[in-house]
This record gives sequence, C-alpha cells and structure tokens, in this order.
Amino acid sequence: MSTYIQIDPTQKLDPFKAVKKLPLEEYFTSGHRTCQGCESALVMKMMAKAAGPRTIVLGSTGCMYVANTTYYSTSWVLPWMHTQLGSSGSAALGTAAALKALMRKGKMKKEPINVIAFCGDGGGADMGVGAISATLTHPDYNCLILMYDNESYANTDIQLSGSTPWGANTTFSTPGKVKRIMHRRWKKNMAGMMAAGHPTCRYVATVCMSYALAGMNAMRKALSIGGPTFIHSLDPCPKGWDYDPYLSHEMGELAVNTGVWPLYEVEDGVLRLTGRTQQIAAGKIKRQPVRDYLLKQGRFAHFTNDDIDYFQSKVDEMWGKWLVPGVIPFQREVEADNPPA
Amino acid sequence: MATLAAVEEPRKTEETALITGSEAIAVACKLADVDVITAYPIRPYDTVMQYVCKLVSNGEMDCEYIVAEGEHSQFEIVKHASAAGARVFCGSSGVGWMYAMEALTVTPALRIPMIAMVGNRALDDPGAFGVEHNDALTVRDLGWQLVWVDNAQEALDTALIAYRVAEDRRIFLPCAISCDGAFLTHSQALVKIPSQEKVNEFLPPYNRGDLLLHPDNPITVAPQGNEDWVMEIRRQNYAAMERAHGVIVEAYADFERIFGRSYGNPFFEEYMTDDADIVLMGMGTLSISVKVAIRQMRREGKKVGFVRMRWFRPFAAEELAKSLQRFEAIGVIDRDYSFGSPYLGGVLAGEIRHALYPGAGKKPPVLDFICGLGGREVTVPDVQKMADSVYHAADGKAQPLTQWIGLRE
Repeated sequence: MSTYIQIDPTQKLDPFKAVKKLPLEEYFTSGHRTCQGCESALVMKMMAKAAGPRTIVLGSTGCMYVANTTYYSTSWVLPWMHTQLGSSGSAALGTAAALKALMRKGKMKKEPINVIAFCGDGGGADMGVGAISATLTHPDYNCLILMYDNESYANTDIQLSGSTPWGANTTFSTPGKVKRIMHRRWKKNMAGMMAAGHPTCRYVATVCMSYALAGMNAMRKALSIGGPTFIHSLDPCPKGWDYDPYLSHEMGELAVNTGVWPLYEVEDGVLRLTGRTQQIAAGKIKRQPVRDYLLKQGRFAHFTNDDIDYFQSKVDEMWGKWLVPGVIPFQREVEADNPPA
Repeated sequence: MATLAAVEEPRKTEETALITGSEAIAVACKLADVDVITAYPIRPYDTVMQYVCKLVSNGEMDCEYIVAEGEHSQFEIVKHASAAGARVFCGSSGVGWMYAMEALTVTPALRIPMIAMVGNRALDDPGAFGVEHNDALTVRDLGWQLVWVDNAQEALDTALIAYRVAEDRRIFLPCAISCDGAFLTHSQALVKIPSQEKVNEFLPPYNRGDLLLHPDNPITVAPQGNEDWVMEIRRQNYAAMERAHGVIVEAYADFERIFGRSYGNPFFEEYMTDDADIVLMGMGTLSISVKVAIRQMRREGKKVGFVRMRWFRPFAAEELAKSLQRFEAIGVIDRDYSFGSPYLGGVLAGEIRHALYPGAGKKPPVLDFICGLGGREVTVPDVQKMADSVYHAADGKAQPLTQWIGLRE
C-alpha cells in the first residue's frame, strides 16, 4: 500500500508451506532450563527458526530471560540481549534505530536484519504497554514485539498480571475462606488494543503454538511487511495453570476451540480471522463450552458452577455482542455486567 | 556571564558563537556525529533536545532523533542503540532523571558508553525548576562517570572529552555531564566551536568491538549471573572506573594538544589557592559568585581560595587530599542534601571528608554549607558569610559542622 512508509532494507521472508518444509537449523537450542511442557520455550524455538540467522533478539525480564540465559549456558544461537521488564518496545526501537542510522551513514553493511523483542505478559501487558505502544507509532523502524502470554508472572511464583483470566488462582489471588474470587479483572485485550490504537502499525496477529506453522508464518509476515509489528501468543503454562505438562498442546487447542483465544491477524488495517477461529466464526465448527477448558486447569479448581457460567457468559458476549467478535469489545448496547460475588 | 577558561589566541579553524550551555552540548553532539538521540521534555535540560531537533531538521546533523514517551524509554532506547554499535546521546533533569532510574542502573552495568546531559534541577516536591545537584548524584554509586561544568565552553569541550573517555575500550562506562539548570542551560556565552577536522582527530569512531550485538557476533548480553559470577562482573566495572582516572588525564592532554585549550588539572579547578589560608569548595555555576566574592575579600586582606570540583566520578581523592592539606580550613558548599547523613551534611562534604581521612598529614577542619537549593542564588554576601565561618574554624573557634546559608529566618 502506498500510504505506508517504505523502509530500505526490509526483510523478505516467504511463508513456510508445510511443517516438513521447515529448515533444520535451530537458533534456540539446548542450555535452557524451562519447565517441562513450556509453550513459551516452544515460541522461542519456532519463532527463532522462522526469523532465521540474520536476527537480533531482545528479551525483557521474564521466564524466557531467567530460564534461558544462565551465564555460560545460553540457549541462544542468535545474538540476544536482556532488556528491562518494561522495555521490550524501547529495546526493539533502539536496536532498529541504531541499525538504520549505522547503515545509512555507511558505518555498517547494509542488509535486512530482523529485530525481535520478546516480552511476557507482565512485561508486555502490564509494565511495558506504554513503551510498546510508543514503538508501534514509529513507522520508520523495522522491528517486531512478540508478547508470549502465559497469563501470569510465572517465573516469580505465579502472580497475577493484567493478562490473567478472571478468577484464576495465582499467588496474588489465592482463594480463601471468605473470598473465593480474588482476581476480579477481565484479561486485557492486548492484540485488539494494539491493532485498534496504532493505525500505522501494519501487522498485528494472535497466535498459539498448538498451531505452530501458522504462528511462524505470522512471524515471517510481521518481519517482512515493514515498520513496527506486534504478535500476541497465548502460551499454556503447566506450572502456572496447574495441569500435567503433556497436556500443553491440547490446552492451546482448547483455548482456541472454546473461543477464549481468538486467532486473527490485522494486516494493513484489514482484519482476518484465522485457523479454527475462522471456522468457528463461519459456523463450520461449534465453539466448545469453556467448562472443558477451565476444569482441566488447577487454577480454576475453586470455580463453582456459577463462576463457570459467568466465564461462559463473558466469552459468549465476546462472540455475540462485540462489534467485531473476539477482537473489538464495543457493543451497540451495553448490558449490565453482574459477576457472581 | 561565565568567564572562559584559559583560552588561547583564537585559531583560524575555530568559530566563535554566542550560545547557551544547552546549545553548546548540542553542537558537541553534532561534532561528535552522534547516531541516535532520544528526547523527552522536562525543564531545563530539554533545551538541548530543541537545539538538536533544529540541527537535524536543517540537515546539519545526521542522526535518528527519537521522541520517547517517557524518560525510562528515552534511556532504554539509546542504551540498546549503543549496544548495537551507535554513538548515542540522552539527557534529563530532576525527577525525569529519577523516572529513568532503572535504565540508568543497567547502563553502566552493561558497559554502555552513553553520554547524557543532566540539566540539574531540584527534585519534586515541592515543584522547582531551579538547580540542585541531587538528581545527578543519585547515580554516583552505579558506575556513571559524573562531571560538573560551569560555563558553555566547558560544556562543549567536556562533552567531546566525555565521548573520548567513555568510548575508550578500557572504560566503556557512561558519563553524565551536569549543567546547572537555568544558570548554565539557559545562559548565553561566547563559545569557541572547534572545527570538524580537529574533532575527528581527537575523537575516534565508536567501536563496540567484541561486545557488538550483531548477527555476525552472536553473543548473549546480560544473562543471569547470580552468585556464580556477579561479583567478578562487578569487579570488572570497578576496574574500569579505576582506569578512568588515567584515561581522563590522557584525554585532557590530547585535547590541549589538538585544540590548544587547557583545563589544567582535569579533576578540579583551583582559583587563587596558591597563597590561600582557607578554601571554599563547590561544583557548577556557583563558582561565579564565589570567585567575585573572593576577589572582594582579597581586597580586604582575606586570603580565600576556591576549589571547583569537575569530576565527581571518578573522584580524584589522592590529588585532592594532597592539595587540601595546604589550607587551614575548608568550607564545602553543597547544592544538595543528604538527610540523616553523618553530621547531617550534604553529599559533596561527605566525599571530601572521606577523601581526607585516610591520607597522611594534616587534616584541616571541613565545614559544610547547604546553599542555593531549588535554584536560589548563591550570593556574594552568602559566600562572605561562609568564608568568615571557615576562618573562625581555622582559628580554632567551634563552628557548626553543617550550616544552611541563605535560608529565610
């Protein structure tokens, strides 16, 4: 589209056609000490593979910093640098700005280099949301911010974040004798907020590593389109969500199939539902009840039937009443919101 | 305004311009060919970014000029740009500097040779635009090199020297140049602007070397060190700061050779100390009224001298202690506070006493004067009052160790 600023040089990465066509080279390998069944580690591995070797990775404080970069046993084959908890946006912007200036001034060889900043939901949806927002308004720099969302501050002992689902048991929202639901905030709609609030950001997507190929291709599109981009990945977390690690893949599928986690991309301002979410919206498959998803996780074990019904009603609302189902939460008529006490 | 420090005959290659302290630093950024600069508004430092903006929009300077959404991001952006090989500049004032504190903490730890300007400003609350030195002093323990200047020429020259020192591979530590808010940031003076050729001769390109974050050099920067390695890494920063003293001396010598302008001892300026009985000490623009007062007092036969600290980190303790032993008594003017500190004094006085303690020989009494807070002027009568008290101390009359001067009764 001619209305967008063209940045030279910009990466050109074609989508992978199939899992069997993926390159064998790994850029995130052994040396890390993430938990068994960690989907965020899978995000690092697959996304690094999707980006390829001419990439700089920034990682804000979080699981994927603490667990991956023990001194002398780094798991990163790519150049990697820590950034502060709220700084993924600034790290991406600063690195991209340096590359741009140095290449323009002839101080560095001119070539497309991917700049990717990974942040968790604590670093992204809570502390870093301002810096990410600012970066997405800068049309002159090629960089991607990927928020790997395991729905809690999982490295520091599972404390709730702005991205934790309503009612979940975390160490900051432990159910007690008098209060059952300590976390009474609904999960932030990060991808929708980033897409709606930053009209010059050319690509925003939601992904889940249960559908890895789609996620990797979203990554390649984000890196090739030009300008700052944002991807929000939902990452089931055996430790934080309290389920058996072998269920991680299934947990991601359930999040999508129950409609809790809609998959979509917004490319040059055009919204496209993707994967199973597209099929749900088209009526080809039915949304599974959220009960199937919630009751598999210990963090919702204290839920009563009323709580499950409330959760279901909120998800139904996303699909039935939102101006753009699953994405834009405005309604034409606002109804009373009565969560169970 | 400020008198220019020992200026030689103007060279043909130099231009002279009437500019403020902030503008002088902006000119230094241009001469240093800085690659990435981030701005965020807070008075009084932000005038430097307004000048940089004009230089960029007029095509006089080629850099990425990014307006950040807060000081934390402002400093984080340039921190990462520097790690990727760019020469960077940043700055702030007062609580803006404090808002960036997390970024300020990791910048020296990561061995990032960032140059920042601090337009010294009182911390909130209550609000005050005027100068206090507590903002810059908050990073004194973290590995920042800290230097105070007192005129626009010194601001420009020191910025060039700061790049040279900070980007020296033996150092790789950031440097903050403190300019008193309003008194220096907004005051014009005639400044000699060196030629680009001479600056290029003095200042080599920034070379991040084996620490460059680039696909050709796939290193992992700032991993988890924990108790296994943190102490050894801290020790490396300690050693870098230890080396900084010698590298600063080298840089000033080269500066004099190339630009023909000398600052004498790089670390502190001595004014009329040769025959002085007592000295006053301080940092920044209060030197102007102190020097005027000293000239008046000398007409009355009082042999008062002045020692103006430039480099606060590294702190030239041995040289300073040696020099200060010549005097009967010392009065330190603190444009800062450190509530609850030893003898309830300010930061500078504490450091001076610390510097004097281990040295052999005479230990003259050190009085502390808290003065000029929130931008209040340090007046000539204030200085005379302080000098009188220091004279009393020299004569063995008991004086309060900490006195607030110029305070409304």
